[in-house]
Amino acid sequence: MDFPVVAVLAATLTIATPLVFGALGALLGERTGVLNLGIEGTLYAGAFIGFLVAARTGSLALATLAAVVAGALAGALMALLAVTLGVNQHVAGIGITLLLVAACDFTNRQLFGGGQQTVTEKFGRLFAGGGIVAQYPMTFVAFLVLAPAVWWVLRSTGAGLRLTAVGENPEAADTAGISVARTRWTALVVGGALMGLGGSFLTLSVLGTFTLDIVSGRGWICIALVIFGRWKVVPVVLGALLFGLFDALQLQLAITPAFGSIPNELLIALPYLVVIAALAVRGRGVRYPGAYLTAYRRA
Amino acid sequence: MAAARSGDVSSLRAAPLVELRGITKRFGSLLANDAIDLSVDAGQVLALLGENGAGKSTLTRILYGLSRADAGEIRIAGKPVTMTSPADALAAGIGMVTQEFTLVGPMTVTENLMLAGSPLGRVDRKAARARVLAASERLGVPVDPDAVVERLSVGERQRVEILKALLGDCRLLVLDEPTAVLVPADVDLLFASIRRLTAEGMAVVFISHKLHEVVDLADRIGVLRRGRLVADLPAEGLDPVAIAALMVGAAGPADADLPDDVVDEALATAVGLDGAAPSTQAGPVDQGRPAALQVTGLSLAGDPRPRLDDVSLTVRAGEIVGVAGVSGNGQTELVAALCGTTPVTTGTVRVGDAEVTGLDVAARLRAGLGRLTEDRRGSVVLGMSVEQNLVLEDLDRFRTGPFLSRRRVRAHAEALIERFDIRAAPGDPIRSLSGGNMQKVLLARALERDPTVLVASQPTRGLDVGACQYVYAQLRALRDAGSGVLLVSEDLDELIGIADRIVVLSGGRLVGEVAAADATREALGVLMTGSREHAA
Ligand SMILES: Nc1ncnc2c1ncn2[C@@H]1O[C@H](COP(=O)(O)OP(=O)(O)OP(=O)(O)O)[C@@H](O)[C@H]1O
Ligand SMILES: [Mg+2]
Repeated sequence: MDFPVVAVLAATLTIATPLVFGALGALLGERTGVLNLGIEGTLYAGAFIGFLVAARTGSLALATLAAVVAGALAGALMALLAVTLGVNQHVAGIGITLLLVAACDFTNRQLFGGGQQTVTEKFGRLFAGGGIVAQYPMTFVAFLVLAPAVWWVLRSTGAGLRLTAVGENPEAADTAGISVARTRWTALVVGGALMGLGGSFLTLSVLGTFTLDIVSGRGWICIALVIFGRWKVVPVVLGALLFGLFDALQLQLAITPAFGSIPNELLIALPYLVVIAALAVRGRGVRYPGAYLTAYRRA
Repeated sequence: MAAARSGDVSSLRAAPLVELRGITKRFGSLLANDAIDLSVDAGQVLALLGENGAGKSTLTRILYGLSRADAGEIRIAGKPVTMTSPADALAAGIGMVTQEFTLVGPMTVTENLMLAGSPLGRVDRKAARARVLAASERLGVPVDPDAVVERLSVGERQRVEILKALLGDCRLLVLDEPTAVLVPADVDLLFASIRRLTAEGMAVVFISHKLHEVVDLADRIGVLRRGRLVADLPAEGLDPVAIAALMVGAAGPADADLPDDVVDEALATAVGLDGAAPSTQAGPVDQGRPAALQVTGLSLAGDPRPRLDDVSLTVRAGEIVGVAGVSGNGQTELVAALCGTTPVTTGTVRVGDAEVTGLDVAARLRAGLGRLTEDRRGSVVLGMSVEQNLVLEDLDRFRTGPFLSRRRVRAHAEALIERFDIRAAPGDPIRSLSGGNMQKVLLARALERDPTVLVASQPTRGLDVGACQYVYAQLRALRDAGSGVLLVSEDLDELIGIADRIVVLSGGRLVGEVAAADATREALGVLMTGSREHAA
């Protein structure tokens, strides 16, 4: 049989793209000690706002910008609740996800409900026909700009040191004159912006429209990937690629007649099962950031 | 020299470098600082003294912006400033070594030292490492720039903290018990650095419970008692006895709330500090007595040298064995191996009749091991209350069916608080306790279980003179009741004072043993350092 290897690998990169944005966004917050479970809703909001602005203005640049701003605002809301007000991080994050999903659904029904599916402009692929490198611009951004940049910032800059110090021992950071609150706010706002951008990839690059199940748990996958990657950029990106590979395989198998007898539901579950298995293997004995999930208050 | 220096400064008589006016701080009903006025001039060393819980750390944390005063103001060179965070304090030229370590465990020494004042952009690790090495050499504080902090012993961590404070150039350096876990040689180095820096015009606020150090170093002395400043005088002419009297209030008849014997004991220690601590050995221990702790051929692999190398020792019932050594020579590893927090490479550990080599911490505790580890903060659950921490190692005793009996936990805590004179209520969160009081909680938890053998590392770290005496008395009582005690300490006077035998650990090996009755600081010092050169 003639298996389309190139197509599967190309799809792998495309599928991994929003995960790289989302997971690196989550990683920034978690390195400072804040788990942002608002990620699922933030991806959703990024997808919807991007679609909305593209539909209304026809400008992909404006739409992308709007998605980034929406994500940053969602991150700011998380920071307000979890950092400034000291609300339990799980409660704050899940609350934000519920709020954003509901708000986007509501607005979507008000503006686009009834009638036929609205379709917008969308980004085209660069190097069309170029095999694996025939990708949307944001894929290049994710792998060639964002991932190296986050890696470099964490490794070689004072900002990275501060982030780690705040996440490991906020008291030590505070004593060294580093503002714990400001560092966490920054990480959450920047992280949220990345999540918003990742969400907009789904509408503005892949689909050109918005559907209710557009995110379908990718945010939770990102959270798992960050743990899988032990808060390090390279393994997180590899994890995203692994998920992308199995999702691409699954999509390919579903349309390969020889595998027609396998239930579609099982195939769809495949990449998720792989992530769970990977977590079960790698997730043991994980050393979490020292101040994970804890608010910081001076005595 | 000190007097001449402060004389120079006072002849200028500008405003003092830093001035505290009416600083007041309450924690609930507790008045931790009561309208305190203090000042320190450039080039001056101000020693802050007082019992555990007197309010020394609170006052310095306010000065450094780690805590907000309820009332009062801070002036720097005559100008009122508001300290809302350590960043403000650093900007005003104030540096501080806090009492509890504030280092980032998983980061290296260099990274920790880079943290304060690092730019947001690119940092040059190589250059930073070189700077750390240079500073370490210049100041005579030896550190390994690449070591990961969480693997260091408390003594080594203390050196890192000191280096961190000395690196930044500040006008006022606040040191909260910097010498609590330093060996005498390190203390001398620190003091030499401080003298050099004060000669260049830096001011120092220094907190210590070791009164002979204070007499050595300080130009002025401020004494706090239960939140009030009860004395503020020149250090010249004061001796440890007089200072101890001020601390516990023996001089003032108004403060008769302390039993006389505590006062006497405190005074006795203060006096004893000039020579050896009061010596009350029970004499050589009968070799026929059963072993409370038996360690055979214990080794712990390490790179490049083993961290523990064939350590064999026996602690008999009714005996206190001291372990001396320069911090970082295997003490931390030995205690961890005995307590079951580090698996050993080879060797066996027996507690009483039971072999515990492969067992975990809980099983060892059940087998009769008591432990008091050097890392205070690592031994308590910071988010829990005093009473909860007190029963942590013994939950089974306080259960009614599957449930913890709150009433019995509370009663237990109240009894221990009373017995060990812990200045806290059972329900207080443990993180709110002063350093010395936190130490007392750990000690109470370890001693109250009547262990077959107690492994105690730095048991008097940060305790005031009265509390130290109490701990010594408790350790002796434990011994006299037939338990064994392994005492790891960097304070040679302490070891000589209460151990029956002292073994010396150097480079992970036992390099010598002396009966405490024959031991001298000098002889131990030679063993501790001399044989290291030998080994190298
Ligand atoms: N955050 C807090 N919440 C409640 N009480 C506190 C808090 N911090 C300190 N205290 C209390 O204030 C008092 C003074 O504490 P402080 O730490 O200043 O004592 P200290 O003089 O430094 O003692 P030590 O010699 O033991 O270090 C203690 O009784 C302590 O329990
Ligand atoms: Mg203190």
